Amino acid sequence: MTGWAEGLELPTHTYRVTRADLVRYAGASGDRNPIHWSDRVATSVGLPGVIAHGMFTLALAGRAVDSWAGAPGRVRALGAKFTRPVVVPDDDEGAEVVVTGAVKSVEDTREGQLVTVAMTVTSGADKVLGMPTATFLGGPGAGDRVG
Amino acid sequence: MGPLLVSSGAASVLCMAVDASLAGRTFPAVAPYDVTAERVAEFAAATGTPYATGDPAPATFPIVVAFAAMQQLMADPSVGIELHHVVHGEQRFAYERPVRVGDRLAAELTVDSLRQIGGADIIATSSAVTDARGALVCTTRAVLVHKATDR
Repeated sequence: MTGWAEGLELPTHTYRVTRADLVRYAGASGDRNPIHWSDRVATSVGLPGVIAHGMFTLALAGRAVDSWAGAPGRVRALGAKFTRPVVVPDDDEGAEVVVTGAVKSVEDTREGQLVTVAMTVTSGADKVLGMPTATFLGGPGAGDRVG
Repeated sequence: MGPLLVSSGAASVLCMAVDASLAGRTFPAVAPYDVTAERVAEFAAATGTPYATGDPAPATFPIVVAFAAMQQLMADPSVGIELHHVVHGEQRFAYERPVRVGDRLAAELTVDSLRQIGGADIIATSSAVTDARGALVCTTRAVLVHKATDR
């Protein structure tokens, strides 16, 4: 199996986001802003409709990173800019969020290999996160990377 | 209804500019947050994150504590932020270790910089999330965009 190497393309992860997910996330996170559940409030501030919490979308990126790393708790850094909203329609399909990633750098440390990935996070045609990046501890044989 | 933080993409309305002396201010640690198995399981379920008893909390879980610190900043009447008009522009985490059930976390927020661009206040903050011993668990950096004029 090949190790972590710069340029390695990582498996794509696709997630669905529905209104029900946003309501659950509002409760779990404490962010009860009505733009994440009320079309009336969302459109009153100029949005096309209810949008996902930016942090919900970043949490989905975090799921992809855990999957690449092979286990939870290996992430050393995670972040992004919230550039475009993920609009979530009031139906059972919701919106789709697609997370792709490629290895940007690999650093050997005492702990093991620190792998930094540059991601692309899209919903429909929009890149919804700006410069989403993560660094994780990539143990030998870990993760669902394409080897 | 309590103070609100618009998480992304919201448009703006007329409101006062933020006080320039805000840069460099630190807001005392918010009340300790006890990380229980129920809270971690709820957060994991809400984000669809696979979770088994004993697993560390999902990577973005510390936002719950950092968010409380941001709410405190925005609720402070001396700051001059109109709560409904704040957009969450950026969020980054740097971890010393994962959050685990049993942690008692506190967050202290510092306003790192304040800039004004195109009628908006760009407020860069960092929050130190510490455990019961005072050891750093993670640092969270948030950029909050406060729109000062209508479009």
